[in-house]
Amino acid sequence: MANELILLDTWVSPFGMRVRIALREKGIKFEYKEEDLTNKSDLLLKMNPIHKKIPVLIHNGKPVRESGIIVQYVDEVWHDKAPLLPSEPYPRAQARFWADFVDKKVFDAGRKVWVTKGEEQKSLMEEFIGHLKTLEAELGDEPYFGGEKMGYVDVTMVPIYSWFHAYEVSGNFSFESHCPKLVAWAKRCMQHDSVSKALPDPEKVYEYVLQLRKRLGIE
Amino acid sequence: MAKEIKLLGTWASPFSHRIELALKLKGLQFHYLEEDLSNKSQLLLQSNPVHRKIPVLIHNGNPISESLVIMEYIDETWQHQNPLLPKDPYARAVARFWAKFIDEKVLWTAFKAYNDKGKEQEDAIEEFSQQLKFLEGELKGKEYFGGERFGFVDIAAFFILQFLTVLQEVKEAELMTEEKYPVLFEWMEKLQGNEVVAGCLPPREKHVAYVRARRAAAEEAASKTKAA
Repeated sequence: MANELILLDTWVSPFGMRVRIALREKGIKFEYKEEDLTNKSDLLLKMNPIHKKIPVLIHNGKPVRESGIIVQYVDEVWHDKAPLLPSEPYPRAQARFWADFVDKKVFDAGRKVWVTKGEEQKSLMEEFIGHLKTLEAELGDEPYFGGEKMGYVDVTMVPIYSWFHAYEVSGNFSFESHCPKLVAWAKRCMQHDSVSKALPDPEKVYEYVLQLRKRLGIE
Repeated sequence: MAKEIKLLGTWASPFSHRIELALKLKGLQFHYLEEDLSNKSQLLLQSNPVHRKIPVLIHNGNPISESLVIMEYIDETWQHQNPLLPKDPYARAVARFWAKFIDEKVLWTAFKAYNDKGKEQEDAIEEFSQQLKFLEGELKGKEYFGGERFGFVDIAAFFILQFLTVLQEVKEAELMTEEKYPVLFEWMEKLQGNEVVAGCLPPREKHVAYVRARRAAAEEAASKTKAA
C-alpha cells in the first residue's frame, strides 16, 4: 500500500517541529506544506474543522491532529524504526506524563510570555524558568529524557530550544546560567539531523516574535 | 499473583471517577484512599510532587498521575479484559483526540459559560454550544464513542458531562438540554443505566450540594478580591 504522507505545518511552530523530528528520526518520507495561518488553506479547514490548527498529518487521506497524538501515531505505525516511546507500560506512562507537563506548563508559560509585558511578563518568565528547572531535575544525569537515546519527551521538548535566543534577547538573560544541563541536552539533540533540520534559525524566530508583538500591539 | 493497587481520589471529582471505572471494568481489586484537598496527605505529595493533584494511581509502589495517562497505563498493563482503546493506530489517534478535546476545551469553556458574566460568558456559551455539536456529530449513528462497546472516550466524556449537568443545576442554567442535544443525552442515560458506571457516581443530591457550596465560596472569594 502506498504511504502518502502530507504534513500541514508552519516553519516556526514548535508543535509542527515535533512531528518533523519524529518522521525524520524514523526515516519516513513526507510532503511538507507550509500554511499561512492568516489565510488558511481549504485543505487545513477540511482536515481540522474543529481546531483549524496545524500540525495536521494526512496519512493516505486521513487526518491525524494534535502534535503529541501525531507523534504517538507515527510511533505506533512505524514501531520498528527508532521507537520513541518505551516498550513497558510504566516508563510509557512516565513519558506521557512528562510530555503532558511540557505542554501544559512549559509551552503554555512560554507562549504567554510573548503576549504580555512589564511585570506580568517578568513573572511569567520566572514561571517558565521554574518549569525548565523541574525538567532539568527529571533529566538528571541521563543524556536524554528517553535514556540513552532520544525519545518521546525529547521530541516533545526540544523544539522550544529554537525559541531560546528570542527569550534571552527579550528578557536580557541567559538560559545557560539558570539551567545549564538542559541547554547541554538541547545541544546534544541538535547533533541529530532530524532535530537540526526541523528547528529554524533562532534569529529568524526572534524576528518573527518581534513582528508578532507589533501585530498584537504589545510593542 | 497479588499486586497492590491504590487510588488516591476524591468522591466529587470526575477525573477520579474515570479511574474508578477503568479499574472496575478491568475487574481489578484496589484500595481507594479519599483525599482531603485542603489537607493533602504525605502520600499524595510524595506520589505527585509536580502537580499535587488527584487522581494518582499507585501500582506496586509506582505512582502514575494525570487521569488520561493513568487510563492508558491501566489499559496497557491489563490488556485481557474490556480493552479501553481500540487496537488500530488511526482509531487510537481519533480516540485520544476526542479525550483531549474534552479535557482541554469542553471543560474549560463550560466553566466560563456557566460561571462568567457579560461578553466573556456570551462568547463561551456560543463556543460551548459548538463543542457539544461536534461531540454529537462524532457520536451520531453509534452506540458509544467507542462503537459497539463503550471505551476510552466514553469514560473520559461521561463523567465530565455528568459533572457539568450538576454545575448546570447549581447555576439554574439550560445550556445542555435533551432538546438541543438528543444524541448526547441518550448516550448519557445509557451509561447512567449501566450498574458499573453508576456505581462510580456519588449520590446526585450530595454532589449538587457540594458544587453549590464550592461555587458560593468561590464567588465570595472573588467579590472580596474585587472589593480589596
